[in-house]
Amino acid sequence: MIDDPCDKCEEMMQPYLDGVLSADEVAEAERHLEACSWCAKRYHFEERLRHFVRVAVSEPMPAELKAKLAALRTPLQ
Amino acid sequence: MSDSTPTTAESRKLAQEARDRVRFEEEALELSDQVYRVARRMVGSREEAEDLVQQTYERAFRSWRQFTPGTNLRAWLLRILTNLNIDRGRRVQRTPQTTTLDGELGDYFLYNKLESTAPEQNPDEDRVLERLSQDTIVDALADVPHDFRDVIVLVDIGEFSYADAAQILDIPIGTVMSRLHRGRRILKKNLADKAVAP
Repeated sequence: MIDDPCDKCEEMMQPYLDGVLSADEVAEAERHLEACSWCAKRYHFEERLRHFVRVAVSEPMPAELKAKLAALRTPLQ
Repeated sequence: MSDSTPTTAESRKLAQEARDRVRFEEEALELSDQVYRVARRMVGSREEAEDLVQQTYERAFRSWRQFTPGTNLRAWLLRILTNLNIDRGRRVQRTPQTTTLDGELGDYFLYNKLESTAPEQNPDEDRVLERLSQDTIVDALADVPHDFRDVIVLVDIGEFSYADAAQILDIPIGTVMSRLHRGRRILKKNLADKAVAP
């Protein structure tokens, strides 16, 4: 049982951002976020962080590898 | 008609199969950037990732008939890649590694830590985020134990659903969720440790 609404909101952050909360839980989280800028700031940071991580670790595929893969195709008869 | 001449029905069947195969190979190649992006963060080096992706496509093109059209081709390719990665003996240890987190750090931990060490009072989120460089993030992710990292890479980098990640890694969906939960906290702990000094 979590009594502190900010602790509860913290617990809901990952599933909220993953889009796996029920409609009631989403409404509950959003009610709290509207009233609590402390939690809202942390949710916003988390959202930005996820995007930043995705971009930071994404490395384009080397062109040579792309050519090698294309060469694996079955030759047309 | 001699025995070696295919009948019209057989010719049609062969022609259809050739078209299906061409389409399969085209669709698989269109996904190669996304497959590489995931592979690159699952293994330690660029060379290993390149080998793994190449082997994945060799196997996929050989066993293309096993793919059910209309299902998720990207997940199917990643499943092959994951199996190859295990076969290649990179995964000596199959039980989840343990890692110590100081106490039970909550999900606000990283922000709280960065904010509390910021030079200004009440900085905005962008200023806090600036303390994390690209290299910091790459290193922090690489330092997450692989069982947790694989799930983060699939869900947060590859943008797979929990269900797809479960299928790719051949683990229950509940395990995906618990590893993701713990893995993200380990990642944040690593980020906090490596963050640029204010």
